[in-house]
Amino acid sequence: MTSLSLKNVSKSYGTVEVLRDINLDIEQGELIVFVGPSGCGKSTLLRMIAGLEKITGGELEIDGMVVNDVPPAQRGIAMVFQSYALYPHMTVYDNMAFALKLAGKSRDEIDKAVRAAADRLQLGPYLDRLPKALSGGQRQRVAIGRSIVRDPKVFLFDEPLSNLDAALRVATRIEIAQLKESMPESTMIYVTHDQVEAMTLASRIVVLHGGDVEQFGAPLELYERPANTFVAQFIGSPAMNLLEAKVSATGSQTSVVMSDGGHADVPIASVDSDKDKTVKLGVRPEDLTVTDSDDYLVSANVDIVEALGETTVLYFMAQNGDPGLIAKLPGIHQISRGTTVRLTAAAEKLHLFDGNGKSFLYR
Amino acid sequence: MASIAGKKSGLTWAVHISVAALVLLWLFPTVGLFVSSFRSADQISSSGWWAALFPSEQNEVYRTADPGDKRVADGDIFVVTGNIFEGAPRDIKAWGVSSRDVAAYQPGETAELKDGESVTLQPDGNYVWRGNDKQISGRGQRIFITATVPPEFSLENYTTILFSGSGQDNMAKAFFNTLTVTIPATIIPIVIAAFAAYALAWMEFPGRALLIAAVVALLVVPLQLALIPLLRLHLGIGIGKGYLGVWLAHTAFGMPLAIYLLRNYMVGLPRDIIENAKVDGATDFQIFTRIILPLSFPALASFAIFQFLWTWNDLLVAKVFLIDATGSTTVMTNQIVELLGTRGGNWEILATAAFVSIAVPLAVFFLMQRYLVRGLLAGSVK
Amino acid sequence: MLTDNPALLGLVTIVIGVGACLGYFFFSNVVLDKVIFPATGPNAGRNINRANMVRPWLFLFPAIFALSLYLAYPVVETLRLSLTDRSLDGAFVGFENYRKMMAESKFWEAVRNNMLWLIVVPAASTAFGLLVAQLTDRIRWGNLAKSLIFMPMAISFVGASVIFKLIYDTRPADQNQIGVLNAVWLKFDGGIGSVLMLQVLPTLMYLAFAAIVAYVAWLFVKDIVAKGQDRSVWLLPLRLLVGVAGVWLVWLSVSSAVGVWITELPYGEPQTWLTLSFWNNFFLMVVLIWIQTGFAMVILSAALRGIPEETIEAAIIDGANPFQIFFKIKVPQIMGTIVVVWTTITLTVLKVFDIVFAMTNGQWETQVLANYMYDKLFRANDWGIGSASAIVIMLLVTPILVWNVYNARKEMK
Repeated sequence: MTSLSLKNVSKSYGTVEVLRDINLDIEQGELIVFVGPSGCGKSTLLRMIAGLEKITGGELEIDGMVVNDVPPAQRGIAMVFQSYALYPHMTVYDNMAFALKLAGKSRDEIDKAVRAAADRLQLGPYLDRLPKALSGGQRQRVAIGRSIVRDPKVFLFDEPLSNLDAALRVATRIEIAQLKESMPESTMIYVTHDQVEAMTLASRIVVLHGGDVEQFGAPLELYERPANTFVAQFIGSPAMNLLEAKVSATGSQTSVVMSDGGHADVPIASVDSDKDKTVKLGVRPEDLTVTDSDDYLVSANVDIVEALGETTVLYFMAQNGDPGLIAKLPGIHQISRGTTVRLTAAAEKLHLFDGNGKSFLYR
Repeated sequence: MASIAGKKSGLTWAVHISVAALVLLWLFPTVGLFVSSFRSADQISSSGWWAALFPSEQNEVYRTADPGDKRVADGDIFVVTGNIFEGAPRDIKAWGVSSRDVAAYQPGETAELKDGESVTLQPDGNYVWRGNDKQISGRGQRIFITATVPPEFSLENYTTILFSGSGQDNMAKAFFNTLTVTIPATIIPIVIAAFAAYALAWMEFPGRALLIAAVVALLVVPLQLALIPLLRLHLGIGIGKGYLGVWLAHTAFGMPLAIYLLRNYMVGLPRDIIENAKVDGATDFQIFTRIILPLSFPALASFAIFQFLWTWNDLLVAKVFLIDATGSTTVMTNQIVELLGTRGGNWEILATAAFVSIAVPLAVFFLMQRYLVRGLLAGSVK
Repeated sequence: MLTDNPALLGLVTIVIGVGACLGYFFFSNVVLDKVIFPATGPNAGRNINRANMVRPWLFLFPAIFALSLYLAYPVVETLRLSLTDRSLDGAFVGFENYRKMMAESKFWEAVRNNMLWLIVVPAASTAFGLLVAQLTDRIRWGNLAKSLIFMPMAISFVGASVIFKLIYDTRPADQNQIGVLNAVWLKFDGGIGSVLMLQVLPTLMYLAFAAIVAYVAWLFVKDIVAKGQDRSVWLLPLRLLVGVAGVWLVWLSVSSAVGVWITELPYGEPQTWLTLSFWNNFFLMVVLIWIQTGFAMVILSAALRGIPEETIEAAIIDGANPFQIFFKIKVPQIMGTIVVVWTTITLTVLKVFDIVFAMTNGQWETQVLANYMYDKLFRANDWGIGSASAIVIMLLVTPILVWNVYNARKEMK
């Protein structure tokens, strides 16, 4: 069942268009992550869903009802803010009860809901405290508890982990995943700029860039079959290498040659008109391996070696207009600066993008 | 900085001494008023108030008991004994029996007068006066003493000013009048300004920037300009001179600062909290009363202190809008100005009246200084 | 009767006033949401949006009403009154009132005195405030010291006037002086101590003041003289004004320094300070300086605290002495705040009324504009000239008004 859908939704401030024709259908029970670099419009989109920003074009439906003009409180949503937005003058209990009090619920009902949420989030001992007497992680849980209490159709999370330190962030991420598990019926929308959060939490990810949806799909789909060079480089760390190549043969499998003599046969279909065109060959650093054979993809001069133990990351010098290549090899390798190595990758791990940066897969 | 190596301690001492000097200089005037308010009219006019803090040497005249009923025969001579102080002892430095030499003898010595007449005065005031029948007669012998008098203060002036004084000297009525002006004139503008400040800080509407600019502009408009038009208006619509008029005037005159202070504070509250309240289903009115007002308490307190001090200390607005010909609604500042005119020399009355009028603001100042400072820092246009 | 007891009346007013305000805000919102634009029915969404467009004006209405009736309207009305004559039934008389006012020597006396106040009080208050703020910054009892120097802020101008009248009090020569100033004055007898304190020291102070003024004026003027400077045109009048004022002040202080040596001081005679023409203005200014120094100190102290510690530490390592640190590192960084303090005190000075009214009532050549205006309004009952002088005060604050609005708008962007 579709829980939330956006139809040609757009947003502009005066003449500046920050979101263009966004179309998304979100099923009930999904955890959707909006991810993208800062300024891509992901928070604006979330705030439009919440009703905190006016929608300037298109329609937003929640549970089949157009809610463009419905105030936030009546949309059946709850939101967890980046700063948690706890009311500093109210106790944890009152923070969680506030929305229910405003809605005119009975005292018993409120008490039951608040205590249930507090138990679930292990906030029981802190109900009488003021927010300033809580740790960062506890404040985070109060913010989540406050949204649970309202029993909304859609949960909205606006970068909820960005104020936590690294260790707590991992723990809280796992808590959110468990929370989602325990509430399979509820729909969640989660905004982040951190791709690890996106990959670990999402059932599907929306990649936003410059006001457009670049790709909408399951996490591994985005990793394995990125729709364009932006998604290809945004998902995965270090980012995917993009090499200039020329198409030498087309068909159900495409052959490309590099400027320095390397070549590859990529199992992706192409059409005759692609022949001799310059394309981008994408290969992830972790897919590259060192080879001695003449059948290599690319050869390059090692600039910097980062030995992390678990992996060894090689940074190569830029050449022929290509940006410097990065290779991430598992384990420990004795390779010194300045040596030239040949690199290759399994053919099915290669990606092809046309001159506009669009993937051959989605043509 | 104190921990920096090789720092000269001479400079530190110079700093301490200059600060102490400045503080004394700044305190000196107020202390003068304070001390004077506890001195009697005679004391004030006979010496500077700074002299009152130390024991002073005073010349006093006493008389021994009348020989007629007190003298006791001792052979051919008669003796009068007793104590000159009668219950109010002094620390005698020196004494004498003639106005020409009031400090001729030390306590305990005996003054030999003519023909065997003598007076002995002990440090505790006990005296022995002996002489023949003719000498020990008539009135008692005069004794001049030079005594150190400890500082002497009384609350008498305050009793006069607050309770027993009549007419112009009694400040009690003016005190309550001032209070009557001040409290509504402090609370009402806060309520009105808080709503306006919220709208200017957190509601979107056309013309908002213009309104804020107008408030900043009105912040500096001298209220002198408002006097005649508003007095005419008040007389015209029948409010006339009285409490209602002065409340309205103070409310409006305090409004720009109130809006400016509160808006600046409210704008600084986190946007997320207000949006969260919206998502929680609060209306603007509820957001205002349940979230904004409690969180803005420091700014509200700051303004309240400002407005309180301003209305309490005001003279001009009260003179124009409140005090009519009967003078029954006079406020303390006005009464003091009138006292300055009619009783300019009566410092015991003036000092006490002035101190009564500044005591309340001073108390507020010392109790709420934190908020006052905060308000000052937020209120000066940057 | 209710009106017989002011305290009860006040209490009732508070309840009614506050109750009415809250009631107004509450019920107007209810009416808006439930009656005019109900959030139900087919137009719910549109109605909510409309209600939200009206609501700000509900919140603002009482404030706007008060501001426009009590502050904005009077500006216009005073301007109108200044162009009419009350005795002619309010007939329009053009600039007749201004002409009459300009013809009065008392007006020019008030203008001259106001200018003196405008220069001396902000400068002295800011300087003392800065001095105290700096000195108390690092000492342990600094907060106590600041609190005591700040205290006069709470005292009314009238109260302060009484306090200083006691200080300036005069008794006949054969009695004990009860005013501190005369008591101190009588200690001077024309000996070496008197020469040092009353001639050498003032001369040095005058010359130091002249040097500072000359330096500041030069800073402003040198950009006009300097070649190849592309300065905005509207600053030129300001620079010239500062230059002229600077020259005048330097002349004034140098001639005063000379005057100190020429004048025969009446040693041994108690002085009635408030009747010494020209100098009595300074005795009145002392009252305001005494009050305003605390204000300047509080703000400047906060500004000093706001200076990044690193810049001072860097200067120490660079070998700056405490005076260099103060004048070359700290003061330039808080220049903006100094300007704010200066303008705020300037505003207070322009409106100063109570002190002059209570201490001299403008006699002995101590008139200032605000008191002149009060005299015209409520003693002479001449609304035309009174309004004209109010407009003069308004004109004097206008540059500050424009500057403040300009800054506020800049800050909001």
